[in-house]
Amino acid sequence: MLQLNRVSLTFNEGTLDEKKALQHVNLNLKRGDFLTIIGSNGAGKSTLMNVVSGSLLPDTGNVIIDDKSVTHLQEFRRSRFIGRVFQDPMAGTAPSMTIEENLAMAWSRNKNRTLKPGVNKKRKQLFKEHLSTLNLGLEDRLTAKVGLLSGGERQALSLLMATFTEPKILLLDEHTAALDPSRAELITEITANVVEKFGLTTLMVTHNMQQALDLGNRLIMMDKGQIILDVDEKEKPTLTVEKLLDEFQRIRGEQLMSDKTVLG
Amino acid sequence: MFLSFFGAIESGLIYALMALGVFLSFRVLNFPDLTVDGSFVTGAAVAAVMIVNGSSPLMATVVAIVAGFVAGCFTGLLHTKGKINPLLSGILMMIALYSINLRIMGRSNIPLLNESTLFTSITSFWENLGLSTPFNQMLSFIGIQANPRTWAILFFALIITLIVKFLTDYFLKTEVGLALRATGDNQKMIRSFSANTDILIILGLGISNAFVAFSGALIAQHGGFADAGMGIGMIIIGLASVIIGEALFGTKTIARTTLAVVGGAIVYRIVVSLALRVDFLDTSDMKLITSVIVIAALIAPKVIESNRERRRRKRKRIELEQVLASEEGEKKNVAT
Repeated sequence: MLQLNRVSLTFNEGTLDEKKALQHVNLNLKRGDFLTIIGSNGAGKSTLMNVVSGSLLPDTGNVIIDDKSVTHLQEFRRSRFIGRVFQDPMAGTAPSMTIEENLAMAWSRNKNRTLKPGVNKKRKQLFKEHLSTLNLGLEDRLTAKVGLLSGGERQALSLLMATFTEPKILLLDEHTAALDPSRAELITEITANVVEKFGLTTLMVTHNMQQALDLGNRLIMMDKGQIILDVDEKEKPTLTVEKLLDEFQRIRGEQLMSDKTVLG
Repeated sequence: MFLSFFGAIESGLIYALMALGVFLSFRVLNFPDLTVDGSFVTGAAVAAVMIVNGSSPLMATVVAIVAGFVAGCFTGLLHTKGKINPLLSGILMMIALYSINLRIMGRSNIPLLNESTLFTSITSFWENLGLSTPFNQMLSFIGIQANPRTWAILFFALIITLIVKFLTDYFLKTEVGLALRATGDNQKMIRSFSANTDILIILGLGISNAFVAFSGALIAQHGGFADAGMGIGMIIIGLASVIIGEALFGTKTIARTTLAVVGGAIVYRIVVSLALRVDFLDTSDMKLITSVIVIAALIAPKVIESNRERRRRKRKRIELEQVLASEEGEKKNVAT
């Protein structure tokens, strides 16, 4: 479903700030795979997400989705079939517009936008049904401005908006990191549900090791722009936080002390 | 007094079209577009030149609207494809339009005094039907002796402005309209929902300046001339209308906000006409008056808000003191 072939990307090449964000990254996901990505800050996780979404173009290598190369497809064209939830709860919704308007915009993702009203009776009903699966009571607040919702509610809404058109790829970029523990747990739960319901091929970046182990059937660890550990479906259920840390120490021993705080 | 009030409403309704254009760029797209100063004149210039050369006023107005649309699209192109900052894109286009407008007109001023315009045809049609008489009778009934020249322009401007307002309301609720609003609200988000924000910005600025040029074309026909300098400060007048309207009439829904903008444009004209009645102010002080009105409209809501907040805190403090005092009293009672 998703294939990255030798993808490399360097920022500020030739200057003191040169940063090799991705170095010859290869990745191959089957339909319905759920990949969790861990790694310290600056390891290239977000860059990887941005290369898949199209907001960054790789220097070399290519990105293939559903057997079609999308390497040079602009972000807004790719986003017809790529759903995305950002870390910042403010980022995934339009605050001055209502819940139903936000949902209507998301609903138009894989269609051509026309001069017909974005919200109509039929869609309202549909939106209500989808919102009620979140169990947050949002289905009764269709005309409330999204800016008035709490961070957790907004993130749940973003998640729904990103998934209910059943995109080919779902990108989750630390989407629970800005929430309090109980809200984060709720969003994690909703994530597991929607991914399973729609059978979405998913990439999730997280700093929470436990979350990375609980969710998904595959896991990669990144460091310095490379995938340093690739755990497949068979191995993943047997992983523990300790095993991961040991593995990390074995590969990049010298860095552990500084990273333990970030990863733990 | 009544006649200047009447005239203010009349021209306020026409300027409301320009204000709606400014609302689209400033508020909906969140793009401070200064093209307005130029595109307003472009609308007036195109309409005036075509009318003088014998085109029908309707045709001239339509072409003026298209010209404004094109001008707005260019500003959008400068910003999206040329990656020029919004303010600068607008200023560049405004300056360029100054010369283009002179080219269109061929000189700096075109009078339309004896030409047939949209307003003269509407007025003669209206007066032939004798439609002004009942309104004039109504006026004399409530004790106002002065009769306006005609009621036709007022109603015509009202109908045009309301049509544009309702079209805008509808458009902003369509799928494209929603994406346009989201572009102003959260560009990153709407791009992740497959909207081409570049095209939306270009389209939005095009529509915005089409409204502005429409307003310019009508003002030229209403005032009887087009002048290369008639657009100076237009953006501030538009902004004043938007701010005053929003402050006075609220922004709860889209329909409410566009109505507020129309109201703001009228209120602005009324305020200006009142200001001009002050003895030591004359028409050359117009721009100064405009600036003062905008500054007042920007500062006043904040002053009112902070005063209200201060009073609220004072009330809370007094309440707290009373509660403490009564608790103190109870303790004493218990002790005795």
